[in-house]
Amino acid sequence: MEKTDIETRLRDVLVTELGLDAEKINPAANFETDLDVDSLGVVELLMAMEDEFGVKIPDDEAEHIHTVGEAIDLVHQKLNS
Amino acid sequence: MANAMITGWGKCMPEAVLSNHDLEQIVDTSDEWITTRTGIKERRISHAEVSDMSAVAGAHALAAAGKTAADLDLIIVGTCTGDSLIPSTASLVQAKLEAWQAGAFDVNAACSGFIYSLVIGSNMIAAGTHRTVLVIGAEKLHYHLDFTNRATAVLFGDGAGAVVLEATDEDVGLLASELGMDGSAASILCIPEHGTSGDRRNPDPRESGINMDGPEVFRRAVTTMGDASVRVLEKAGISLDDIGLLIPHQANVRIIDATARRLKLDPAKVMINIESYGNTSAATIPVALTEALESHRIEPGAIIVLAAFGAGLSWGAAVIRWGQRVEPLGTSAAALPPNNRSTMDLLAPNLEFFGHLASS
Repeated sequence: MEKTDIETRLRDVLVTELGLDAEKINPAANFETDLDVDSLGVVELLMAMEDEFGVKIPDDEAEHIHTVGEAIDLVHQKLNS
Repeated sequence: MANAMITGWGKCMPEAVLSNHDLEQIVDTSDEWITTRTGIKERRISHAEVSDMSAVAGAHALAAAGKTAADLDLIIVGTCTGDSLIPSTASLVQAKLEAWQAGAFDVNAACSGFIYSLVIGSNMIAAGTHRTVLVIGAEKLHYHLDFTNRATAVLFGDGAGAVVLEATDEDVGLLASELGMDGSAASILCIPEHGTSGDRRNPDPRESGINMDGPEVFRRAVTTMGDASVRVLEKAGISLDDIGLLIPHQANVRIIDATARRLKLDPAKVMINIESYGNTSAATIPVALTEALESHRIEPGAIIVLAAFGAGLSWGAAVIRWGQRVEPLGTSAAALPPNNRSTMDLLAPNLEFFGHLASS
């Protein structure tokens, strides 16, 4: 899957599943500081990503996800490895 | 083989209310923080004991079933906050109801306690050893609220719910169930004190409160409640589309919403009352079931799915086919003794024992 496809689908998940503001979502956006995602929201985000892309994201990898771009990169790496 | 039909239901919610605004006075928190993270607006604080709430809820359930305490041959109380270590809370409930023909015992499966108790009671009826069983879920969790711990102090409350199970030849009652446990992860949700592992010479208040790794419990709860619900439906040969109402354990509205999303369930088919009571552990499901009936959300013959997740880490799920009757046969005037103390007065022992924001 291309990164642009991942971005499109992730954006859709963030808006519909997590209720985030579509206009604020861009690769540089930080989940915590820019998108107001709290600690439970991070868990919801990881679970939604796992469901949407059929990947497993262990805690030690999840810790490195701070921005939308990092989430896209992680999914891209998992789907193409 | 006899089936176990739910023929009566009832609840007992203590009068004293602890609102989010009240909590702002004693915990470093805000109504907005609590509401957005949990969906809880207020909870009840009991001036009476778990056995008192249980007996009141039980009396209402018996009246709804058109039964008396003398008809009971078994009482099961799901609780992790019983009045005393011994006797069991079920023993005290038996005496309060004067259900002298009934055997009685407690089940400690924390938040899954009601489903565990319901499955045990239903299977006792299926085995033919019992005919009329009172199943109660009841807690006085405020006893363990540590107001220096804002992650848990805002979540829990007190209350009780009960159902009467009766043997029947009709094709109703428990269709399939699952009782699960992952003891390897027990430490992410626990109250370490109050057992023989504690050091009674140096009691640590922190260990007497509810200790929880919230995000990890959240993740496991959503996955497990959703997956267990799917498995029991498969066992029962029933499709997700045929669910009349999902009554999940009320721990956090975001756990409930995420579970419903995973099951792709219409929100109209999910019972939620957490805003009024918070997490009352084993009591949430029988209380929510009672309120679902009171608000006419259960149709005759409906398929009901129950799912819970809690300390242990325990979980339970059950599929029930409801009977034809959704109205109570009778009512009871049973109530707790009058309460003349304020909510803050009832919480004074907690503030003294655990401390609180203002004194730290």
